This record gives sequence, C-alpha cells and structure tokens, in this order.
Amino acid sequence: MPYVSNEEAKAAVQDRAGIPPAPSRLARIVDSDMFHSFLRSKVTVVAACGTLILFLLAFLAPWVAPHNPFDLASISILDARVPPVWMEYSDPRFLLGTDDQGRDILSAIFYGMRISLIVGFCSVAAAATIGITLGLVAGYMGGRVDAVIMRIADVQLTFPAILIALLIDGVAAGIFGSIDREVFAFYILIVSLALSFWVQYARTVRGSTMVEKNKEYVQAARVIGIPSVTIMARHILPNVMGPVMVIATINLALAIVTEATLSFLGVGMPPTQPSLGTLIAIGNDFLYSGEWWIAIFPGLALALLVLNVNLLGDWLRDALNPKLR
Amino acid sequence: MNVLDIKDLKVEFPGRKSVFVAVNGVDMSVEAGKILGVVGESGAGKSTVGNAVIGLLQEPGHIAGGEIYLHGKRIDQLPYKQKRLLRGRKIGMIFQDPLTSLDPLQTVESQLVETIRTHLPLSAKAARQRAVELIDSVGIPNADERIRQYPHQFSGGMRQRVVIALALCAEPELVIADEPTTALDVSIQAQILELMKKLCAERNVAMLVITHDMGVIADITDHVAVMYHGDLVEYGETTQVLGAPVHPYTQSLISAVPRPDIRVDRFPVVNYIEKAGTPQKQIDISTHWLGKSRDYGKVSGPLVKIRDLDMAFETRGSIFPSRRKYFQAVKKVSFDIEEGETFGLVGESGSGKSTIARLITGLYEPTGGSILFGTTELTSLKNRRDVLAMRRQMQMIFQDPYSSLNARMRVRDIIAEPIKFHRLASSNAEVRQIVDDLLDHVGLGAAAGKKYPHEFSGGQRQRISIARALATRPRFLICDEPTSALDVSIQAQILNLLKDLQEELGLTMLFISHDLAVIRQMCNRIGVMRHGELCEVADCDALFETPQHAYTRELLSLMPSLELLSRANLQTVDHPEA
Repeated sequence: MPYVSNEEAKAAVQDRAGIPPAPSRLARIVDSDMFHSFLRSKVTVVAACGTLILFLLAFLAPWVAPHNPFDLASISILDARVPPVWMEYSDPRFLLGTDDQGRDILSAIFYGMRISLIVGFCSVAAAATIGITLGLVAGYMGGRVDAVIMRIADVQLTFPAILIALLIDGVAAGIFGSIDREVFAFYILIVSLALSFWVQYARTVRGSTMVEKNKEYVQAARVIGIPSVTIMARHILPNVMGPVMVIATINLALAIVTEATLSFLGVGMPPTQPSLGTLIAIGNDFLYSGEWWIAIFPGLALALLVLNVNLLGDWLRDALNPKLR
Repeated sequence: MNVLDIKDLKVEFPGRKSVFVAVNGVDMSVEAGKILGVVGESGAGKSTVGNAVIGLLQEPGHIAGGEIYLHGKRIDQLPYKQKRLLRGRKIGMIFQDPLTSLDPLQTVESQLVETIRTHLPLSAKAARQRAVELIDSVGIPNADERIRQYPHQFSGGMRQRVVIALALCAEPELVIADEPTTALDVSIQAQILELMKKLCAERNVAMLVITHDMGVIADITDHVAVMYHGDLVEYGETTQVLGAPVHPYTQSLISAVPRPDIRVDRFPVVNYIEKAGTPQKQIDISTHWLGKSRDYGKVSGPLVKIRDLDMAFETRGSIFPSRRKYFQAVKKVSFDIEEGETFGLVGESGSGKSTIARLITGLYEPTGGSILFGTTELTSLKNRRDVLAMRRQMQMIFQDPYSSLNARMRVRDIIAEPIKFHRLASSNAEVRQIVDDLLDHVGLGAAAGKKYPHEFSGGQRQRISIARALATRPRFLICDEPTSALDVSIQAQILNLLKDLQEELGLTMLFISHDLAVIRQMCNRIGVMRHGELCEVADCDALFETPQHAYTRELLSLMPSLELLSRANLQTVDHPEA
C-alpha cells in the first residue's frame, strides 16, 4: 500500500486508541472532504452564492418584486415600453423598464424565473424517478427485462426533446382542446421534458447497479432472505445516488434551457403565466423596434441562472469523481 | 560492498490536517547477491520504502530526511532526469499484480526490446536476441515463439515471469519486488520464489523484497527488516529475527502466523494489534436471546449432506442449446458436514470452493445434485416461507470486509436488518438491546452502532459482518475466506473470535480458504478441491500427515516452510509435534 490516506491513518490511530465518540452531523459536514473541496474552489463558492440569490429572488417573487405584473389593477397601458432607468424617458418605478403592456420587466423576470425553476425541478424529479426506477430494475434483473428497457431507452434517444414536446403538445391539444391549454401547459411541459431526459438516469443507474449488485453486501442481504425490491430500494439505491445527483444538477440547467426554447417556440408556458422563455419570445417582437430591454434582460437572467447551476454541477461531478481528486 | 544503503530515511505525506509520517527514520542495506525482506502489516510503510528508493513516491509524499545510496552514490537528491535513467537501468522493479503491470496492447517482445534499447546500446536484432535469452532464463519454454505473444496469452504465473524478465533486462544492480507473489496461487508462488532466489544468486543482483507474508520471508530472504507504523522495529539475519525475535511487535507478529505443521488452540492475545477489546459484559448464552430457540431439533446423521453437486455457468448464450457453452465450476461433489464440526474446503483460485458456498446458501441454483440440510432438500424448495426458514438457519461471512457492508447504513441498522426482517424480536427496544449485545460480544462495544462502516478498519468490519451473520441465530455458518483480506495479527484475532463463537453457540461451520495453515487451525475435517472436483476428504491431522491424493501432497509440499519461526507463546492442541 504505497499511499496511506488520512482516513487509513486515522483508522490506525483509532485501533490503538479505542473508538472515539461519533462527531455531530454538522461537524461531520464541515469536516468532510466535500466541503473542503467546495471552499477551495472560488468559482464554485461564487456560483453557489449566485444560485442561492437567484433561487431566493425567484421563490420569494411575490414579496421581493417591486410590482405584481399579473395584477391587472396595478398595471397601466400608459406605462408601456418604458426604457430602463438610465435611459431617457425612463420612470424610476421601473428599474429595467416595462413591456408592451406596461408590466415591470424586473418583476416579470422574478416571476418568470420562478416558473422556469418550478418546471425545471419538477421535470428533473419526474425524469429521475422514471430513470432511476427503470435503471435499477434493468440493472438488477438483467436478461430480457434489461434488454427490453434499454432498447426502449435507445429508441427514446432518437427523438430530440423538442420533437417530443411538440408531439405531446399536439396530442394534448387534440384531447383537451385549446381552451384548457393554459391550465395544462405546465403539466404537458413537465411530461415532455421528463420523457426526454429519463434515459440518461436509466443508463447511469443501470451501470452502477450492475457493479453494486455483485458486491458482497448485496449477497449478504440475499443470504438473509431479503426480497429483491427491498434490496434495490434499501441497499442499492443509496449507493448509486452519487452520479444521479450530478446528472440531476446538470440536467436542471438543461431542463431550464429546453423549457425556455419550447416557450419561445410557443409550445411551452402561455403569455398569461410567462416563464423566462415566454418573456424572451414576447420581447423578440420588439427587438427591431428599439425596445431591446424587453427581450435582453430576461435573456440575461436565463443565462445567469443556467451558468450558475452548471458551474455547481461541474464542481459536484469533479468532487464525486475519485479519479480527479 | 553494499549495493543499497538507506540511512535514516523519513518519508512524509502532508495531509489537509496533519502530516502523515509513513516512514520514520529507517536504516537498511543490501549486499549484491543477497535478498533483504521488508515485512510488516498494512500501513507499516514498507512499500513506501521501495517507492522512495526508486523515486516513485506518490504525490504529495516526499522524502523529508535521510539518505539513499546506490553503490555508494547518493541517489535520493538526483534531479528527475537522472533518476529516470536509474530506473530500469540500475534498479529493476517487480510489481504485485502481473495482470496490470504489462501493457496489454504490446507483445512481450516489443515491451522487452523497448526497455533493453532504452538502457543498453544494442541493435534491434541484438536486443531481440537478449530478450529471448531473458525469457528463456526466467523459465518460459519455447521462448523464441512465446515472445511474440501478447500478455493475455500468458497465465498469471507466466506473466509474473515476464515481469521479472522485464525487471532484469538491463542488468540492474538492484531489484525491488513489491509483494511479488501476493496475487498468485500457492503452487505458482513457490515457483516464482525459487526463480527469484536463483536469479539473484546467478546474476549477483541485490534484491529488496517487500511483503506481508512471513512464508516468503522465511523462504528466500537472507536478512529481514520488520516495520511497524513507519518505524523499523527489528533488523537482522532472517534466521535470527524469525527464530528468536527480540522486539515485542516481532514476537506478536510471529506468534500470529498460522503454521501448517502445528495446530494451536487459540492464537496468543498480544498488544500491537487493532483495538478490539473483550466483551464488556458476560452474556449467559443459555438465557440470552442469542441462545434462545437454538433448538432446531436434532438431526440424525450429518447436518449438511451434499450429493453429486453440479454447477455449470453459461459462458456463451445461444437460442440453440447445442451452441451454448458452459464452464463446469463444480463437478459431482459429495460430502457431509456433521452437526457442530468445522468442515474446511481448501483449493486454489478457480477450484470451485466459493461456488459451493453460494450454492448452499441459495445465491446460485445448482444444475444438478442435491443439498440436504437436516431433513430438507434445499434444491427443491419452492415455497417462499420455507426458503426463508432455511435462510435464517444458515448465514455467510464474506471475504472482503470493504464491500460486504452497505456503506450508506449505520452499523446498528446493518445488524438489526436480519432481526427485523425475520421478526426475531418483539419490539424495537428489544432489537436495540440485541444489537448492542451482539456488537459487544464480537468485541466492538455498543457505541460502534451509531457509526458508518467506513469509520472502521478491516478487522473491525469483519467483526461487524460476524455480528450480522449471528443476528439470525443461525445454526450453520459459512465462512468464505473470512480472513484473507486481513493482516496476519488481525486474522489471528478473527480466527480466535470464530472459534469462541462456535464453541459457545455450538455452530456448525463450513470454512473456505486457500490457506492450508489457516485451515489447519480451524477445521475438524478438510476437503481438498481442484478444478471443481473434490480430490480428498480427511480428518485434519490425517490430511497433513498422511495425504492420500497426489494433489494434496503437491499442495503440502509447496507450502513455504515456517519451521524457522519461533514457537514462543504458542499452545498447541492435542497433537504432539511431528
């Protein structure tokens, strides 16, 4: 053993000195290698702070936004297309200006970010649930079950996310009619995103599961007599979650971007509940008439959000990869 | 003149919180044509010494003090380029795992020729000639032809021979061998050791052999250095150090080595081993939960009866049965295990001994034959309730303590799981109490329950595995190489624990090991396996004294002789020295 890690050295000391009491949970986190690598990477600390601030602004939108852009009583068409405060003809009430209906851009961004994030989180959760379940079953059962699930995954991969979303949107429009579209848009979006992203989870979890299921702790559980479902849920699942967390973080950013794309194309969130993508789509109409702020500021917010989440995801991937440490 | 001189060597690994001193002031030297062994348990710093000499310390490790001389020339302070020239040219290296120390995409020839031409001014033709001679000299027949093959076309032992040839190809003055035989089977180990000894004498090379194995030390070394946690605790002639150790650590290490020629009742309990501790409170087995309802009903005759057991693994699947290919892992094996005895299965890797364990516990379905447990035929059990009842009666202890515990569960939950699953206790409070008692009983103390497995060392984890296996109150315990991943002094303590538990609880055990010496300490009767077949079943002492089967005799003759080792502190049982 050429290299003796701190853990091994500690264990050796413990062997001689007896077993010390277990440290508290907080002390454990602060003391962990993970937390240490987090503090050491300046970019990650900045990205984490940025993410936290953006999340807070988004989820606390009703309290922190200067206006409620959806309160029809408070908006006035007379305030339409006011430029940002540092420009001529601006209004100090609207920091980043207003759109064509007199809604405050800054407030609309906060509310829009909230919708984007909710869609992102829900679709990642849904995709992860489908993917992890199928991946666990495929990896653990093997054989034909595995072959069937993975072939479905292969077929799935041949459709781009946008195509799936357009398909589902079209089918849903046929079933529910266009009147209910505003009610269902949110769910349709989540279903289409989940269906496009589950494959990645399934493949990763399947691979890890095939490694884990041959480890002796799984065999020990089988010798005790524990049924397969319990073994998958209690023993294997917690041990394959590391890579899943990484994919989930990076996919959150991807889901937000895809959602924005879909909304921009008009198959996502409707203008009555605008996400960042919808806001950009609305602003797009005014880009060439000089009211650039209606599209550019939501676009910047989107870029900032995705960048921060991606940086966090990259760090998480490196921190959980023992080869890069 | 000494080829290698190490003076007061100190190697440090600076960590996040503290500096870890891997080697702390070590002095040793090797003469030409002699073999120096460095022995110690994991974490002793023995490999670090070798890496420091050849200049391959892993970051962030560095030499913090001391001097290393090769033929009187100081080498530890040489710049990288000159150090690189030493490697291969003056110092050859033999690594542990022959599977990974050769490049799988290059033929043996190209690897040898490349190394030779890097160091010696030879033409390609002369280099090839030299490579063939080397391959021949390490005992590979048909050298001229085999040299053109790729590493995967050689067996493990042959590959290690190639690695040795590679280490010798530039006529080095010093060869460092780091655990050269640890990954090999006994029979191949013996050949490789003999080869190393022969080459060392023929070529007048100095050799530094790093190993944890006292057998290797006793077999080939002239001098030995014993290391413990970075310190050199004893250094001298091998016969002297092994025969009459002075330092208490050496004494305890030697007393913990299982011998093939004597059987001890219990290994002596000594200091210098991991903290395990004796149970805090005595448990009266007759009234305690552990002892309750142990009465599964007496069986007449043997507890486990195995008849004509067959196991074939499909190596190539096909929809046509005639095109399928199988590997026959177990062939028509039959034996009995009496209630209360320890039955040993011994054999080299691939002999099918672990497969038998997995067949009995139901992890694999046999392709033929029968396993009778008491009066129940295990192979025909269909009803899930009956299967569970059987599962409860037999438990298994696995080889690798690092993968046999779920890293994401607390120790307490790991041990409670079988109790809760089989509903062996009436309340959560009772489960808690039982888990605490079990942990205490295996020598860890109840406080260990709150922690996660990674906070324990290998030996401590194996104790956790044992506690988990006992948690179903089994009557039959299968130990599959339970100590082969452990250091020798920890192995001694685990073997003692298993013996104690067996006596206390009247367990029947199937003990599987590749190590004949360990088998001798543990078992009443022994079965010898080879290529899936059972060669011989005999009583323990009879097998060692009058082996019947030719393969058994071969195995016994290949075992490193440990007669050199001191027998102080050892209490042998029932059997006078032969």
